[in-house]
Amino acid sequence: MKIKQQIAISDTGFLFNPSTGESFTVNPVGAEILAMLRDGKPEDQILETVTETYAVEKKTAEKDLHEFAGMLKMFQIIDKE
Amino acid sequence: MSRSRYTIAVTGLNAIDSPGPGVAVIRGLREAKAFDVRIVGLAYESLEPGVYMPGIADRTYLIPYPSAGIEALMERLEAINREEKLDVIIPNFDAELYSFMKLEQNLAGMGIHMFLPTFSQFEERHKVNLPEFGKKYGIDVPAGVAITDPAELFKHQKELDFPMMIKGKWYDAYIAYNMEQARNYYNKITAKWGLPVILQQFVHGTEYNVTGLGDGDGNTIAAVAMRKQYITDKGKAWAGISIDDRQLLDLTRHFVSSTRWRGGFELEMMKSNDGRYFLMEINPRIPAWVYLAVGVGQNIPEALTLLAMGEKPAPFGQYDVGKLFIRYSWDLIVDRNDFENFSVTGSL
Repeated sequence: MKIKQQIAISDTGFLFNPSTGESFTVNPVGAEILAMLRDGKPEDQILETVTETYAVEKKTAEKDLHEFAGMLKMFQIIDKE
Repeated sequence: MSRSRYTIAVTGLNAIDSPGPGVAVIRGLREAKAFDVRIVGLAYESLEPGVYMPGIADRTYLIPYPSAGIEALMERLEAINREEKLDVIIPNFDAELYSFMKLEQNLAGMGIHMFLPTFSQFEERHKVNLPEFGKKYGIDVPAGVAITDPAELFKHQKELDFPMMIKGKWYDAYIAYNMEQARNYYNKITAKWGLPVILQQFVHGTEYNVTGLGDGDGNTIAAVAMRKQYITDKGKAWAGISIDDRQLLDLTRHFVSSTRWRGGFELEMMKSNDGRYFLMEINPRIPAWVYLAVGVGQNIPEALTLLAMGEKPAPFGQYDVGKLFIRYSWDLIVDRNDFENFSVTGSL
């Protein structure tokens, strides 16, 4: 998963896509995941960080991350692989 | 070196829920870096808010509606010019443009400059001619047809399918989901705007707009793209955000260079769900949201004035992306005497 270069992400979890004019807000966990994606961290490392930080089972976190990635793709935040 | 001072007349002072561009144009002119201005407002109605807004027009005059004919308009402009010695007029309504284009030479003879599209540009971009326009310049446009008889709704139902856009020649557009609605909107539009009525294929997608300025030689002097963020029930943008979409801006430059567009314009585009841009309408004038362009670094009213005065302004490069405009309503308290003066004497 790679966030499109032009997407502006603030620490507060506010996203702006300058080519479509769309803006989104994500919750603190979403913001953390986006920050990790921006840093180029691979999916398994993101999953590890999330399960270590929050009381969540790996399976649930994996499912949630997959869903989140689907939304990011739908809203053209990440590049299509 | 002292700066030039131009007296510029501007129409479209109806800053209402479906606003005219005049107030935004004037704000741009007042922020011009290349010259100082005296602003003369030209209004059709005595309750146009721009007449009374502080800091907008230095003086405003009533002018006759286009339906009164170009002789009446010319006579009025001559009288105003005797008082004001106008340098430039910026007309801002589609419905009045034809009259001003007709008077362009006469006004030039009086030393009044304008920078308007040519007659052929004005005509070929017309909603009625949009399908031919798209074919000629290689721009995707929705399928459409102009009709003058409601029976033709049945004839074109199959090719255009529902939902279908029903549009007036000058203004108004409705989405019809069935034949009953289509007939209803047809009647509504003909009662207000006359014939023909335009039927247009409905394109599912997101609406984007571009405002810009062509120098008449094929060069794009300005182009700013915007996505509507908040829309009134009349479909007008109440808030919008500047965006950077290369495909959209390339298409705009293609429009300007291939038509050698002269003057300000607005392109209404629809980006379909599969990422294709369809040109829905070309407005041959500056749009009401032009102050966003000024705010992001492209002062279109200023550049248009320079072109009208025979100068060659350099094309704008970049603009700030991610800046919003948000319109607001504001109640002015106006002395009855001002309203009375304007209504009775025709100037304020």
